[in-house]
Amino acid sequence: MTAIIKVKDLSYAYDDFKLGPLNLTINQNEWISIIGKNGSGKSTFARLLDGLIEADTGEIIIDGLKLNEENIWKIRSMIGMVFQNPDNQFVGANVADDVAFGLENRQIPHAEMVQLVDNALKMVDMSAFKHHEPDKLSGGQKQRVAIAGVLAIHPKIVILDEATSMLDPEGRRELLNLIHQLKNQYHFTVIAITHDIDETVDADRILVMNNGQIIMDDNPSKIFTHDQQLLNLGLDLPLTEKIKKNLAEDGIQLSEDYLNEEEMAKKIWELSSKM
Amino acid sequence: MNNIILGRYLEGNSVIHRMDARAKLILSFYFILIVFLCNNWQTYTLLAVFTFFCVLCSRIDVKYFIKGVRPLIGLILITVLLQLFFTSGGHVYWHWGIFQLTSFGIINAVYIFCRILLIVFMSTLLTATTTPLEIADGLEALMRPLRKLKVPVDEIALMISIALRFVPTLMDETQKIINAQRSRGVNFGEGNIIKQAKMLIPILIPLFVNSIKRAEDLAVAMEARGYQGGLNRTRYRLQKWHTVDTVAIIIFGGLTLLLLGLRG
Repeated sequence: MTAIIKVKDLSYAYDDFKLGPLNLTINQNEWISIIGKNGSGKSTFARLLDGLIEADTGEIIIDGLKLNEENIWKIRSMIGMVFQNPDNQFVGANVADDVAFGLENRQIPHAEMVQLVDNALKMVDMSAFKHHEPDKLSGGQKQRVAIAGVLAIHPKIVILDEATSMLDPEGRRELLNLIHQLKNQYHFTVIAITHDIDETVDADRILVMNNGQIIMDDNPSKIFTHDQQLLNLGLDLPLTEKIKKNLAEDGIQLSEDYLNEEEMAKKIWELSSKM
Repeated sequence: MNNIILGRYLEGNSVIHRMDARAKLILSFYFILIVFLCNNWQTYTLLAVFTFFCVLCSRIDVKYFIKGVRPLIGLILITVLLQLFFTSGGHVYWHWGIFQLTSFGIINAVYIFCRILLIVFMSTLLTATTTPLEIADGLEALMRPLRKLKVPVDEIALMISIALRFVPTLMDETQKIINAQRSRGVNFGEGNIIKQAKMLIPILIPLFVNSIKRAEDLAVAMEARGYQGGLNRTRYRLQKWHTVDTVAIIIFGGLTLLLLGLRG
């Protein structure tokens, strides 16, 4: 696996908040979920990666390029960011315009732009809404448009900065499924920042942040076994862990390891057939 | 807000809807200029017939245009009355203090009435057949020569287009804030002017604060998407000059010549 993001001794201070020093490597095609309670530095970290804020010390290397004054626009053109509030990131007057915004900034010729916009809208299944204005779209649809805008520039890295937090459960699930599917198709790296631990169960790796530090960095099944520690950090547990805990209180012991929903169903099935 | 007809876009697919926004903008401005060429009943009739023809071409109900005049009725009445009672010259019909009713006054009042009506009809036609976005694009294209004078035309255009895009969003938000404040017991539209003005504070402050927050978010999102300033961007939306636009300009040229000929 090749590394796409390398972070060395990165630190950033703001008022009385201090981030880092962080050291981290993210590989190509990985899905990284970053969790942590409010103010743990997740969004600050994402903004540092995109050069939207400047680090105090340390360096960030993205796809072999060091993040500095000179490379910043090159690096930004590799990173697509989707933010939390679907309304506040909609720049264009209608859907097609908004998707084209990033392309206009990259001086893509008009003929090519028309194609790229159409393709991107097709990817997120929003072609039928091409000429709709933002106030006629739902939150989930606006986030789809934001993703189309990001995909149109063919990014190597997609950062979702709590992109699903203002959507209803169904819209959230749909959007995450869509991104999973697009990731497999177009092979980009995803960094997903979230509060919702259920969103992290499909990640390749989870980073848990607290007080500006990465305190855990592992695959989900390992992370979720630290259930007490997660609860102490003010984080929730994934559904299967909660079920396991409740069953344990009733004297039914499932496995020590983390189980996803399928494995858990199987385990319960085995148990009940033994009884 | 829903009864403001003036300046609202009506969807359609008429010749005028399909015209280029630049042509429509230029011709609307030009129309206002040539209205002042009229100085007798022949020229006014010609222009009225022409305006009516344009309205027919747009396939928009005439009632809509009449509704568009309604909010301006006060203004029109004041202007007409001022003309009617304060113009001197010609035959004097009636006289009282500084007020006088003269033949010149009557003619002038009728002319002014026609002038305002024609201008309102034509500008309603512009806004009803052109989306705000097209108008913004058209204005930008027409402002482009100002770039040489160091006017940041691209930035102004982006500001206009963002402003237009946020109008419905902010209207929604205003309504939400009004309802939220109402649910907390603020009574809007009661008391004297000072009291009513004070009641606007719990609407305006959150609206301003939210707008600043929105602007911050939007700026970050724009920067993340590679926006480096207005220059050197390519365009997704293109404006196309059709034959209709050229024909329209020729028609307006012919109209000007006719007006000059009929002018008394």
